[in-house]
Amino acid sequence: MTNLFVLQLLNGVQLGVLLFLIAAGLTLVFGIMDVVNLAHGVLYMVGAYFVATFASLTGSFWWGLLLMLPAAVAVGLILELVVIRRLYTRSHLDQVLATFGLVMIANETVKIVWGVSPLSVPTPEILSGSVPLMGPLQYPVYRIAIIVAGLAVAGALYLVINHTRIGMLLRAGATNRAMVSALGVDIGKLFAIVFTLGAVLACLAGALVAPILSVDTGMGESVLILTFVVVVIGGIGSIKGAFLGALLVAIVDTLGGVFGPILLRSVLDPSAAGQAGRMLAPMLVYILMAAILCAKPAGLFGGRG
Amino acid sequence: MTDMTASAPAGRAPALAGRVKAAAILFVLFALFPPVVMLADDPFLVLIGTRILAYAIAALALDLILGYGAMVSFGHAAYLGFGTYAVAILSSYGINDIVLQMLGAVVISAVFALVTGAISLRTRGVYFIMITLAFGQMAFFFFISLSAYGGDDGYGLSQRSTLFGTQVLENDFVLFYATLAVLIGLFAICHRIVGSRFGRVLTGIRENPTRMEAIGYAPFRYQLTAFVISGCMTSLAGVLLANQAEFVSPAFMSWHRSGELIVMVVLGGIGTLAGAIGGAVAALLLEEVLGMMTEHWRLWFGLFLVLMVLFSPRGITGLVEKIGKGRS
Repeated sequence: MTNLFVLQLLNGVQLGVLLFLIAAGLTLVFGIMDVVNLAHGVLYMVGAYFVATFASLTGSFWWGLLLMLPAAVAVGLILELVVIRRLYTRSHLDQVLATFGLVMIANETVKIVWGVSPLSVPTPEILSGSVPLMGPLQYPVYRIAIIVAGLAVAGALYLVINHTRIGMLLRAGATNRAMVSALGVDIGKLFAIVFTLGAVLACLAGALVAPILSVDTGMGESVLILTFVVVVIGGIGSIKGAFLGALLVAIVDTLGGVFGPILLRSVLDPSAAGQAGRMLAPMLVYILMAAILCAKPAGLFGGRG
Repeated sequence: MTDMTASAPAGRAPALAGRVKAAAILFVLFALFPPVVMLADDPFLVLIGTRILAYAIAALALDLILGYGAMVSFGHAAYLGFGTYAVAILSSYGINDIVLQMLGAVVISAVFALVTGAISLRTRGVYFIMITLAFGQMAFFFFISLSAYGGDDGYGLSQRSTLFGTQVLENDFVLFYATLAVLIGLFAICHRIVGSRFGRVLTGIRENPTRMEAIGYAPFRYQLTAFVISGCMTSLAGVLLANQAEFVSPAFMSWHRSGELIVMVVLGGIGTLAGAIGGAVAALLLEEVLGMMTEHWRLWFGLFLVLMVLFSPRGITGLVEKIGKGRS
């Protein structure tokens, strides 16, 4: 039981770290630019496809990862310049429609370019295999590497946001965009940087997860909604909120799926518990979101609602 | 949006009349559709027509809160799903009457809309969009894990609903006209709502909630009521859609479907009621035509959406007005 708990907790943390990478960009785009971006999940998918392509071309996961980064920057910049830039002054409804259109375009383009069958990315040699954790418990090295890499990026992001000039502008922009613009900051450039940063982080998440998932066109969708929940729980514009929200959502989602039925079994008979558990488990994160919103409508760390 | 409100006081009466006239023209065209199809000898088109009408009902219901209440609900497909599953679940218990099934769909939708709406309406803007989306997904996942009704794969219906104990709806033409009757009835209701004191208050809240609060209206209550009404109406579309397809599955409630409903409303021009109906027709026809030309129709549909938002912010209505203005 303890072993299962530790294993699932680690899985939860691993998912949480990935969700954080995606949610960090999304929350900044929402908070600073006030743009609803449904196409953020697409970037996660594109990152995975990039790494799959570059890794198979160069024969090395590391080269794939390295080549993915400039490609992600390019995708982010192009998206910002061509579409997102024109949406800053538009209503949320227009933003929803345009980015919904982008989702359709991207999913279809990916199908045309890479085909409909899922791709797989081999785990890099050094990170394959498992390590013993406690007793008979083994855990894949690659998943641990994801956790470490994600935490490293989170740490770097913390340093950039709290201790650099651009980070200061980001924080100021999330708090009061109009004032930052009035102080003579080139808001257009700042927005382009924010969007591209978010795009690269989402692509990175997709690239990191590629070896343990099958890379297909649906992968962005499921993650997008979870990321929305993370951003809403954490509070729009708050990186700290995104981090805690991501861990909370991922751990509740992972542990709830396994331990929900077990807990229910102590109060219900086994078959009913199994049935109820299967139905409740995927709804848990949304119930969590509803509960948090009842208490704090602006999310855990949201300044404005 | 601003120019619409600016011209509203002066053009209120003609706009109302225009809305009814446009809808009446659409309804006459719909009514003439089956006979024309008979001549073309392609009865399958009647089923496609029924599908379009059912989505028109959903778009109409969404326009009530999107256009008149400025509530961008991104989870409205959930109510379509409640409607379809009300048919599947009730008929598996031997309740085949369509009126009872509609009643069941409305009750469950009202409860869901009341609870999720009360939570979502505590927030606004981006939050509201994301929260309604999340609740829509919650319903989606609930029906995916409902293994008794096929889960992800869906559930085939053994027969269509009965109407007052008769099997008339088995006939595609009868189902078409029944759907049209529901659409016309709901349009009349929406038209009354929009013109009523309640509708005016709702529009007022859309324009300026603070001012409405200052003159003594509680926005929350009005918005929540409209949200529940809209959800219930959408579920009726779901009941008809289940009968049209004779099949239910969680695919009816995926978030793409919610997005498509918003597209329909915006395509026709928001806050015009008749526009939502026209938008549903336009969107679904575009889908059919593009689908016939290429298997990658989503690419072109997406491109069309992006271009429409960037260059014609007020949908087809706006485009028509622009062209009209250019001519005069």
